[in-house]
Amino acid sequence: MTYTAWIILTASLVGLSCGLIGVFLILRKMAMMSDAISHTVLLGIVVAYMITREVSGTAMLIGAILAGLLTAFLVQWLHSLDIQQEASMGIVFTTLFAIGVILISTSVGNVHLDVQHALMGEITFIPWDTMSLPLIGEVPKATALLFAVFIVVLFFILIFYKEWKILSFDPALAAILGIPVLVMHYLFMGLVSITTVASFDAVGAIMVVAMLITPASSAYLWTDKLSFMLILSSLFGVISAVVGYYIAAWIDTSISGSMAFATGLIFLISFIFSPKHGMVAKYLRPPEAH
Amino acid sequence: MAETVLKVENLSASYRKNTVLYDVNFEVKAGSLTGIVGPNGAGKSTLIKTLLDLHPSLTGSVNFFGSSFKKVKKRIGYVPQRGSVDWDFPTNALDVVTMGLYGKIGWLKRPSRQHKEQAYEALKKMGMADYADRQISQLSGGQQQRVFLARALVQDADLYFMDEPLVGVDAQTELAIMTILKELKKSGKTVMVVHHDLQTVENYFDHVLLLNRTVIKHGTTEQVFTKENIAKTYGGNIRWIGEEKSHVVPSLEQ
Repeated sequence: MTYTAWIILTASLVGLSCGLIGVFLILRKMAMMSDAISHTVLLGIVVAYMITREVSGTAMLIGAILAGLLTAFLVQWLHSLDIQQEASMGIVFTTLFAIGVILISTSVGNVHLDVQHALMGEITFIPWDTMSLPLIGEVPKATALLFAVFIVVLFFILIFYKEWKILSFDPALAAILGIPVLVMHYLFMGLVSITTVASFDAVGAIMVVAMLITPASSAYLWTDKLSFMLILSSLFGVISAVVGYYIAAWIDTSISGSMAFATGLIFLISFIFSPKHGMVAKYLRPPEAH
Repeated sequence: MAETVLKVENLSASYRKNTVLYDVNFEVKAGSLTGIVGPNGAGKSTLIKTLLDLHPSLTGSVNFFGSSFKKVKKRIGYVPQRGSVDWDFPTNALDVVTMGLYGKIGWLKRPSRQHKEQAYEALKKMGMADYADRQISQLSGGQQQRVFLARALVQDADLYFMDEPLVGVDAQTELAIMTILKELKKSGKTVMVVHHDLQTVENYFDHVLLLNRTVIKHGTTEQVFTKENIAKTYGGNIRWIGEEKSHVVPSLEQ
């Protein structure tokens, strides 16, 4: 495959996974939790590096999952002590992120990890860092990792589809029907964490938030059906990746930045033109009589 | 004597450091239709949530069907306050009712056509058959409440808890819901309803639980729902219109 094709494929995988996860983040009103986790996975990655002394996919994934779960747990814990949800999120993620930043600059030194990289991603270099897979041949490491994560995310969303639905809509009923609400919450946080860390290399901590929240928010405006919302959201993620790449190539600028910008464009178009909730539709439709 | 379906002993609970419920003791017999009545902030919703393990209790024990809540979960149905869920959720009425069956469907399985039919029947019973495919945000408050009731019906529980099912609904829905509640009672089910409209208590419920952070009085409506007990529950914040207690209006409604 060509250099361009690899970049678009990698970014599309980010769009797919983030699109799926994002839908449930929005519906559970936890959009900002992704912001928190996207920052704290940095700590997980740094600690994983300090223990293993290598930049390896597996160790980083495990570190990220643990950091994500730790974030979710600490936020929940502070909240149970009567601190507002948003405030506890703000306290937890800034503190953990700060520890990550301090560790990078003091203990890790000048390896591949740096704060700039973590925040902005470096999708440009992805096609050159390859590994060899049986049958398929040389594949960029980041792409292989993202593909694996996409499969995991898709798997968990499909097998627990109705559980995610009821947990998002009415967690009290879910609890009474015997669904382990807390276990599922942490499983979901784990999925958010692996999606975030796998997307890290490609788009960075800030852009992954755009990919998680904006396509799902756009999809929410177009449909009244959860399954369609999931499909649309992933589709919007992929479109953002492709459009973003060509915008970047056209005006010669940051690829991940352009992709995040493209998610915003799709949202703007949805916000204005969506047939159900869009501004134009609302303006044209006579007010409903109740 | 009817079977005891619920026995609560010395229950207490707090909310944000304030004790909301203390020393709550009562027993509920099978086949009763009880109205839980009390002023705002009396802990009515908290009582239900604490009984159902949705809110932690500080002390006390709760016994369902002579067993613990965890063992008999499947025999208990719950209708939360309408405002407790997001009605903009991308789903339709039939789907929400089907959720009541998720416990029975079990893990890894999808709702079958039979489950959908069962849900449709429940909607029909609530007069909502024509709205099965309607997105839930397009329903009126009364229709949303009927969807919730239909969902409780498919749960096919033996003991139901309902949190203010008659708030903000139209007269027709109120009638439909009360008809269903009386039907449930007739078929031997037990129903406990948080209720705020004092004027209809005598018509709707055969038992009353007067609550103001603890049980003021509990028993048959005839014996318990007296002017004196109501005044005690509402702490004097009550206007008496005329001499009849059917005309009382709590003066501190928010």
